[in-house]
Amino acid sequence: MDLELSDTLKNVVDGLSDQFSDSFIEVYQSTGDTFIRVEADAVVDICRYLKSTHHFIYLTDLFGTDRFTSEERFEVVYHLISLRDRERFFLKVLLPEEDPQLESVSDIWKSASWMEREVYDMFGVHFNNHPDFRRIFMPEDYDYHPMRKEFPLLGIPGSIELPSTTPDTE
Amino acid sequence: MKTKNISDQVDPKFFKEHQRKLYQSLEDKHTTIEMQDDDPLNTEMVLNMGPQHPATHGVLRLILQLNGELIQKAKVDIGYLHRGVEKIAENKTYQEFMPYTDRMDYLSPYSNNVALCTAVEKIADVEVPERAHYIRMIGCELARISSHLLWLGTMVMDAGAVSFFIWTFREREKLYDIFDHIGGHRFTISHARIGGVANDLTDDAMSLIKEFVNDFPQELEDFHNLLDRNRIFFDRNREVGVLTPERALEIGATGPTLRASGYAYDIRDFAPYARYDDVDFEIPTRMEGDNLARYYVRMEEMQQSIRIIQQCLDKLPKGPVRTDNAKQAYPSKDEVYYSMEGMIHDFMMTDIGICPPEGAESYHAVEGPKGELGYFIQSDGTGHPWRLKINSPSFKNLQALEDMLDGEMVADTVVIIGGVDPVMGEADK
Amino acid sequence: MGIESSLGDGYFTTKVDALTNWARSNAAWPMPMGLACCAIEMMAFAGPKYDAARFGSEVMRFSPRQSDVMIVAGWVNYKMAHAIRRIWDQMPDPKWCIAMGACASTGGMHRCYGVVQGCDNFLPVDAYVSGCPPRPDALLHALMKIQDKIRTEHSVMLDT
Repeated sequence: MDLELSDTLKNVVDGLSDQFSDSFIEVYQSTGDTFIRVEADAVVDICRYLKSTHHFIYLTDLFGTDRFTSEERFEVVYHLISLRDRERFFLKVLLPEEDPQLESVSDIWKSASWMEREVYDMFGVHFNNHPDFRRIFMPEDYDYHPMRKEFPLLGIPGSIELPSTTPDTE
Repeated sequence: MKTKNISDQVDPKFFKEHQRKLYQSLEDKHTTIEMQDDDPLNTEMVLNMGPQHPATHGVLRLILQLNGELIQKAKVDIGYLHRGVEKIAENKTYQEFMPYTDRMDYLSPYSNNVALCTAVEKIADVEVPERAHYIRMIGCELARISSHLLWLGTMVMDAGAVSFFIWTFREREKLYDIFDHIGGHRFTISHARIGGVANDLTDDAMSLIKEFVNDFPQELEDFHNLLDRNRIFFDRNREVGVLTPERALEIGATGPTLRASGYAYDIRDFAPYARYDDVDFEIPTRMEGDNLARYYVRMEEMQQSIRIIQQCLDKLPKGPVRTDNAKQAYPSKDEVYYSMEGMIHDFMMTDIGICPPEGAESYHAVEGPKGELGYFIQSDGTGHPWRLKINSPSFKNLQALEDMLDGEMVADTVVIIGGVDPVMGEADK
Repeated sequence: MGIESSLGDGYFTTKVDALTNWARSNAAWPMPMGLACCAIEMMAFAGPKYDAARFGSEVMRFSPRQSDVMIVAGWVNYKMAHAIRRIWDQMPDPKWCIAMGACASTGGMHRCYGVVQGCDNFLPVDAYVSGCPPRPDALLHALMKIQDKIRTEHSVMLDT
């Protein structure tokens, strides 16, 4: 498929394939959006490079996806925006099903902090070196990660407690 | 009072592990109240605010670590309205999911409808008729005004002026009437459809919109007169909750919160959708980054919205309001009731829905009243999205709130929350 | 006739029950448990056009100790359910509960893992309001139903 990259994104792709030739996997486009796939272990260096060199200073979203395949099951997507060049693209990494782990980028963009917590809460992807790593939506006592594909829509009966209907003794 | 273990002080009644970790995240502050050298002003305290609190605009919970009246560190606990709309989306067709977006940001449902529909139209490559674009723009801007009016009422109420709420609600009732005439419900109207809108604007709705557009600038002027020279309002909002430009971008603030910190980042200008590149409007920005700046930005945005609606009404072209391709959009009701094909198409749309190509991924955002509201869709070729991610502005602004509260006075908390204007239904997904 | 004629003008007799119920029913202060979209309609219910003050219910009390009717407006999350139950327990008797909207009544359109399928799973609900969200008129109707219910109760006899 032919790529129609803007100058900024061309620079990014050239820079990445030049500086991180080992970690850079592919670049593809789908309905006008550009996706760049890289290796998971280099993601912090790549993010730092993108922020400092290519001015992608605004991380607007970070989310996970469950591909439900036997290998490289989880996908974490970083949605980056450069306000200077008015450009956006998506950086993707793939993670294995067993014990998915990733380095946190919250010291590069502070906004990643809550979004990484959301990915952990929904998919169970662990982020190392995160300053405050907790669940964000579901209570900490909950055992499941609801956005995984095998989790039923209606939840697992009895997995989360309802309040007792006898008044407190206090 | 001497140091005591927190489990003696606040024995959690439910979700014990959750509460323990939450308090622990405040760097092991093991007490709720800790006196130092018998001076009450030096008292350190952990204060729990919410989830049921009149000023938190829903079910936001804050844990504040106080030193006297200063907030040393704040933690925001969200998820009290979480229901898993992204999970629901994976089990619904695209059109079926649309009413759920109304309940995301329930202060401006129209923008949410349009956000989902434009995202689906982008991934499935659906043409939208010209008239539908303009009707959507009118709806979006009315929704923006309605959302900002509620913000104005509640924020000023938090700052101490209760009667203001009643005046802004009088204006909101007019907007409700308009939406009632457009789509048949007061605010969760689900009017946008994939490939257009549900029905054309009726004559009643048109005349009501025109009347509103004529009258509202005067009302806005009155609001300005009441607040712009009001000493109490100024003192409570100036230099409160300051977010510097660098921090605002770093923490991922969006919408009016980001624009009040100096960045003119507005999707209507950054990546124009509908026909926003055909109308003139300005993006109000301020440099101060405090609550007062947010007030000015939102007030000016309402003015610009009126300007956009006026231009849309002038330009509104004649023509169909929904695309005529039966593979991509619902046929009109006339067709459904009086022709066999229409009936079949309607059934197929309800049963299977619109199927984007397999493996396609796309992101499309609109500028909601709270900020960038985007939908990321991954398709597996069926009528249900494989993954639908909602990029909700309130979620990001709440994260900025956590940063903003550090170092503020505890009495200013409610005003700062009011200034950020979070909607929990959207933040909690 | 009876005792009233012997007391003369300016007196009337009634049952203590009836008097108490009359007072209670016209001063049912709501506890607005505003959770989601219905909370906005609940604001409209107290706002200028629909004006709950006509029924003596304009006083929204955010403190459970001062309120009589809890209006659960919006879908109830499992995490939030515990907070709602605690607030309900803190409200003084007699108390009533309105489940406003489809989500609070049955879970409504939110049939998924996060939402309690109806707040009557942990609260005694007196009136259910249909709609998503209901119009303020419908909430006023529910309030009038609660008033009817209060008026037919044996209040004093039960209190002792």
